[in-house]
Amino acid sequence: MQDLSVITEWIHSFLSSLMPGWLTTTVECLLIGVGLLLVYALLALFYIYYERKLCAAFQCRLGPNRVGPMGLLQSFADMFKMLIKEIIHLNHIDRFLFALAPYLVILASMLAFAVLPWGNGLQVIDFNIGIFFLLAVSSIGVLGILLAGWSSNNKFTLIGSLRSGAQMVSYELSIGLSVITIVCLAGTMSVGGIVEQQADLWFIFKGHVPAVIAFIIYMIAGTAETNRGPFDLPEAESELTAGYHTEYSGIHFGFFYLAEYLNLFIVSGVASLLFFGGWMPLHIPGWEPFNVIMNYIPSVVWFIGKAIALSFIIIWFKWTFPRLRIDQLLALEWKYLLPINLVNLVLMVLIIIFGWHF
Amino acid sequence: MISSAIFGIENNGVLAITALITGVALVGLALWIAKLISPRSFNPQKGEAYECGIPTRGESMSQFKVGYYLFAILFLMFDVETVFLFPWAVRMRELGVNGLLSIAVFFGILVLGLVYAWRKGALEWK
Repeated sequence: MQDLSVITEWIHSFLSSLMPGWLTTTVECLLIGVGLLLVYALLALFYIYYERKLCAAFQCRLGPNRVGPMGLLQSFADMFKMLIKEIIHLNHIDRFLFALAPYLVILASMLAFAVLPWGNGLQVIDFNIGIFFLLAVSSIGVLGILLAGWSSNNKFTLIGSLRSGAQMVSYELSIGLSVITIVCLAGTMSVGGIVEQQADLWFIFKGHVPAVIAFIIYMIAGTAETNRGPFDLPEAESELTAGYHTEYSGIHFGFFYLAEYLNLFIVSGVASLLFFGGWMPLHIPGWEPFNVIMNYIPSVVWFIGKAIALSFIIIWFKWTFPRLRIDQLLALEWKYLLPINLVNLVLMVLIIIFGWHF
Repeated sequence: MISSAIFGIENNGVLAITALITGVALVGLALWIAKLISPRSFNPQKGEAYECGIPTRGESMSQFKVGYYLFAILFLMFDVETVFLFPWAVRMRELGVNGLLSIAVFFGILVLGLVYAWRKGALEWK
């Protein structure tokens, strides 16, 4: 398997031959920052295009097809339009919190973005508590949404943000518990370690029944966490105009839009990390020629491919199920997913004790 | 062991701060560009709250349904308990029977909490 850390090590040795140690680190951090920024922006633009094209396909339309070949430049045009729109200054808002909210929303997704395993030797932050860090930072986003709704001084935004807060906070439990189920199996919280554990077989096959249940719960909770699909009642456009970001205009609104698509990528990226091996190619014990062929596909392609395929499922949800009411939404989490998840965790522990996993 | 420390930077705090600054820089840069190229116009009507064209009545930063607080408190309880489950999940194989028994008691209390909230009707949305 190609180890991409060869490239970063080459850059490191090249830079350190030119300049002192502290300057090397600074330049490298700058490189990481620019890289993150570029990948973040490009993925967001790609996801906007991807979702619009898929929506169109689900509704028997063509979707964007005018700007660039096959409408590929449509999302660039959209972003540019957002940049040149006026940012309206409102009268009765809490100015400081209103300005702070987009920062928090973007920060949460950027920090979670940096923990994802992009490829073999291509992971920005690898804490020994990586997956825990990921859960922690992704809950900063709730704060941003609540602040946005509260500071706008508008009844629609307040209701939207409260709904969103209740929803994200509730479904975070399910995400946390299904992550614990996999951490039990892996015996480590480090993202690199979890990927490494799946070198012989992915966790969804290794942990069979409990892992599959955990995966299904994770996908439902992840959809709710990104405020999408059947769980989009915080921004239910027929009741609340646009939910918590009604009062934001121009690029200010664009940040919420960007973060929403990036969160979709992060949720599916984490699902691919926990259940489908992150960047690890599909390996089946005993099938050596097959494993060797799979190793020829680059690890970055594996990771991004899995994430995009899982996002397809989440987008599919949106066009299949009708929107839930808030009481149904909370009942689904607290009365169904949470008890099932607790039982599932016990099941996983039993399977590990008796060694029934593969 | 797969080496994953990018550029051989061992201090993860530096990397986390780099990601943090990147996030702030993204928002700051985009806002700065927008300030440079976007138009400005002033109109007293523009600063009003957007509530479908009807003038706002009453206070917007007002009291809201107590049910949201209830779910937030329940979340707090369960989330803190899942945080305590994480260290055990990592060292599960090493801790053996002792660890399993103590976490079973802890887990039982967690389930009891859920049953109590359920029986009290805290999970109903009224």
